[in-house]
Amino acid sequence: MEPTAVLQQTTPYHLLFLIPLLPLIGATINGLLGKRLQDKIGKAAVHTIAIGVMAGAALVALVSFFKMIGMPAEERYLLDQVFPMITIGHFRVEMAFAMDPLSGMMALIITLIGTGIHVYSTGYMADEPAYWRFFCYLNLFVFSMLLLVLGDSFVIMFFGWEGVGLCSYLLIGFWYKERKNASAGMKAFVVNRVGDWGFVTGLFLLFWGLGGVWSPLTNQYAPDLEIQHQAQGLGGDRQIQETAVPGVKPLAEVVAPEGEHGEAGEHAAAGEHAAAGEHGGGGEHAGTGEHGGGSRSVPIGPTVIFRELRDQLAITVEGKRPLVEGGELPVSIEGRPAASVRFSGLLQKEVWGIPLVFLICLCFFIGATGKSAQIPLYVWLPDAMAGPTPVSALIHAATMVTAGVYMIARLNFLFVLSPGAMTVVATIGALTALMAATIGLFQYDIKKVLAYSTVSQLGFMFIGVGVGSYWAGVFHLLTHACFKACLFLGSGSVIHGMHALTHAREHAHGHGGHDGDQQHSVLGHDEHKPHDHAPRDPRLVADPVDPQDMRNMGGLARLMPITRWTYLAACWAIAGFPFASGFYSKDEILWQAFANHSTLIPGWFIWAIGVVAATCTSFYMFRSYYMTFHYRAPSEEHEQHVHESPLNITAVLGVLAVASVLIGPILGLPKLWTGKAPLLEHYLEPVTQFSSLSLSGVRAPLEAHGLEWGLAGLSVLVATIGWFAARSLYLDGAKAEARLNAWKAQFAGLHALIFEKYRVDELYQATVIRGFQVSARAMAWFDAKVVDGLVNLFGTITRGIAWVDGAIDQYIVDGAVNLVASGVIAGGREVRKVQTGRINHYLLAVTAGVVVIVLVAYLG
Amino acid sequence: MEAFFNIGLNHFLILSAILFGLGLLTVATRRNAVAVLMGVELILNAAALNFVALSHYVEGGIGGQVVAVFIIVLAAAEAAIALAIVLAIFRHFRTIDSADTSTLQG
Repeated sequence: MEPTAVLQQTTPYHLLFLIPLLPLIGATINGLLGKRLQDKIGKAAVHTIAIGVMAGAALVALVSFFKMIGMPAEERYLLDQVFPMITIGHFRVEMAFAMDPLSGMMALIITLIGTGIHVYSTGYMADEPAYWRFFCYLNLFVFSMLLLVLGDSFVIMFFGWEGVGLCSYLLIGFWYKERKNASAGMKAFVVNRVGDWGFVTGLFLLFWGLGGVWSPLTNQYAPDLEIQHQAQGLGGDRQIQETAVPGVKPLAEVVAPEGEHGEAGEHAAAGEHAAAGEHGGGGEHAGTGEHGGGSRSVPIGPTVIFRELRDQLAITVEGKRPLVEGGELPVSIEGRPAASVRFSGLLQKEVWGIPLVFLICLCFFIGATGKSAQIPLYVWLPDAMAGPTPVSALIHAATMVTAGVYMIARLNFLFVLSPGAMTVVATIGALTALMAATIGLFQYDIKKVLAYSTVSQLGFMFIGVGVGSYWAGVFHLLTHACFKACLFLGSGSVIHGMHALTHAREHAHGHGGHDGDQQHSVLGHDEHKPHDHAPRDPRLVADPVDPQDMRNMGGLARLMPITRWTYLAACWAIAGFPFASGFYSKDEILWQAFANHSTLIPGWFIWAIGVVAATCTSFYMFRSYYMTFHYRAPSEEHEQHVHESPLNITAVLGVLAVASVLIGPILGLPKLWTGKAPLLEHYLEPVTQFSSLSLSGVRAPLEAHGLEWGLAGLSVLVATIGWFAARSLYLDGAKAEARLNAWKAQFAGLHALIFEKYRVDELYQATVIRGFQVSARAMAWFDAKVVDGLVNLFGTITRGIAWVDGAIDQYIVDGAVNLVASGVIAGGREVRKVQTGRINHYLLAVTAGVVVIVLVAYLG
Repeated sequence: MEAFFNIGLNHFLILSAILFGLGLLTVATRRNAVAVLMGVELILNAAALNFVALSHYVEGGIGGQVVAVFIIVLAAAEAAIALAIVLAIFRHFRTIDSADTSTLQG
């Protein structure tokens, strides 16, 4: 089936702006008045506002979502144009929000899980003095993410993109008084800036590539677009050559035939008429109605609006896509068919011999690696654990890290044009999944385990979107949001409980009476490190006052039953056991990776990496579960201090645990089991339809049921192996400890390497950061010696010249002026004597004058 | 010698020149305002003498004599006004020395 253009229908819906606006209002109120509210009324006022706006946003999102669901599939694109921001010629940017199936799903994840995390935070952060600041940031974070997701154009998305980066900085460094936290925030921000560079560069390249005409002859960017008007009527072949500057090139209206979808087309037409009728023509974006022949006007040229970009790429003329592959295209001016323009397609354009599309996608992918923590920009995410645990949950589940996956899914129509870029995405995703999973195997900090797990799961999502199975990647995003939020909040609950214990330990030490071992370890704590003690090796010995170290836990199952069961449910989901959500999404991704033919490397290779990573996932998740909740019987100390968390924490955990188990089977039962496409795939079809059509040419429908069953069985098998290994090693600590230590000693080098995260941070430190520092120092030297030297040299020269100039001025110019003045004074002094004031003298002078005149008259 | 005693125009002109010279000398050298006025009278008379002489010897008629009569009247009027001014100056400065009345300040 060859690609058919299905142009985007939109329906105005003026409620969408409320979804991001409400959290912004909450953030503003808490940001400006929060401190006063907290002091005067209490913390309840602060979180009532914050949770209220979140619930409001969730409600609006739900209403919009159901409105969208209620429409025919082709029209599921709600559009809310708030106000125009930039209008330059034909280029325009509007503050506009859009909800299509993809962004609708994302908005629901963000608002619903976000609300849950807000509720949870009221319990977790109850003792925080800067309570108002925390909720202000949380709301701002959600606002930014909603802006990113709901934005109708790259520009709005970029606002959200940057806002998310800012908020992550603010929240990771929330406890900024500790240098470690502040620098973790800074690291997240700086690493994300690298990704932002990719995003912006990709956008620039795309915008540039869409404009003007690429001349295949010179392989250069032709500055002018030549439109050949064929003058209508007037019985002549008069040809008018018109040129236009590419940047402000007229967004010529292209008449494109609608896809021949029979019934669907009818629906679209009817809906369009309805929309047009409702809103008086519906503006230039809503369908302008059919003028017969099923054609519609589509603006072409450089654009930052997703819809327009997609439509441009979807335009089909006689089975070819001229804007993608190059070719002739009829152009109408002011509604009349007027010209036939020759376009060179996006695919034909090259920069330095590299296909432009590949570069664009690569740049966007660099942006995605920054936000979604993929190789090479993943290093900020584990450090981001420095923030409060609800923040980690928010970053990992509902916001921020999903941004990259979302962006690629949103741009699926662009990424399918470049198999190279898709290969890069899938490969990086697979490598990240494996690498992060292996690091996760040996971490002792419960949040670090979860952080690397997130990086690894994001890798799976990128495999999904990389192999062109966008719905599977997004599906995993959805299930991951549920179970990872549950895991993080569960770990937060554990940390909350452990905190009482570690606090008591610290306290006890503060009063000076405890055994030597304790003292040694407490003194080993970072700041008060005495020089006579050997530094503690984090690989071997736990810090007894660290509430996040799993070696301090153990046996919590009885003390925190709700936390334990919810954590177990989420582990079950993430490890990929059947009937929980992780199984469906991960298995779908792996199957699609195996079956795909669109990447340049064989699918089974990606699949194999994914399976190994999945095994590791199962192992490290159950390891964390057993180390935390079993491992050993709880000590007296534990019994005394550690208790189950309050209801506002456990309730959220319960909801999320149910969601993380059920959401997969509800939305994603594989086609293999039911014979029908999974619910979510069907739901996302309007978004991914274009890319599926493009890929259908290269993807042979693989109908090997036996193989698919076999691979699914293998997935379950590796998950079981991981679980079994973790269980045998960590269920009973007394038995396993000796064996583990023996293995650690045997493979000390390898263990240290992985424990220290492959020393990637050290690598970056030694290369990139050192490089920058060295170059900064070189620059400083250059500045101090060369630039300053030059400046000083010119200063000295100028001073010399000025001295000479001053001398000339003083002695020659001023001398001349003074000479004239003193001459006049001297002359005046002499001439003054003539004027005596005696009338006699004047008379004599008059007489003398008369005599002279007479003499002259007579003698002359 | 004969020309010297035979009275003609030149005699009048020379006398008139002498009178004029004396008058001018008086005006130029004297600082007493009244004396200056007297010098002015001499100059006027020298001019009047010239008019009469030239009228008699050269032109004929009585035009020159009429002008001489005008000059006498004019001199009388001038003397009257000038003496009045001199009186006013004297009252103001307590002197009529022209060197001491060189200030314009009232």
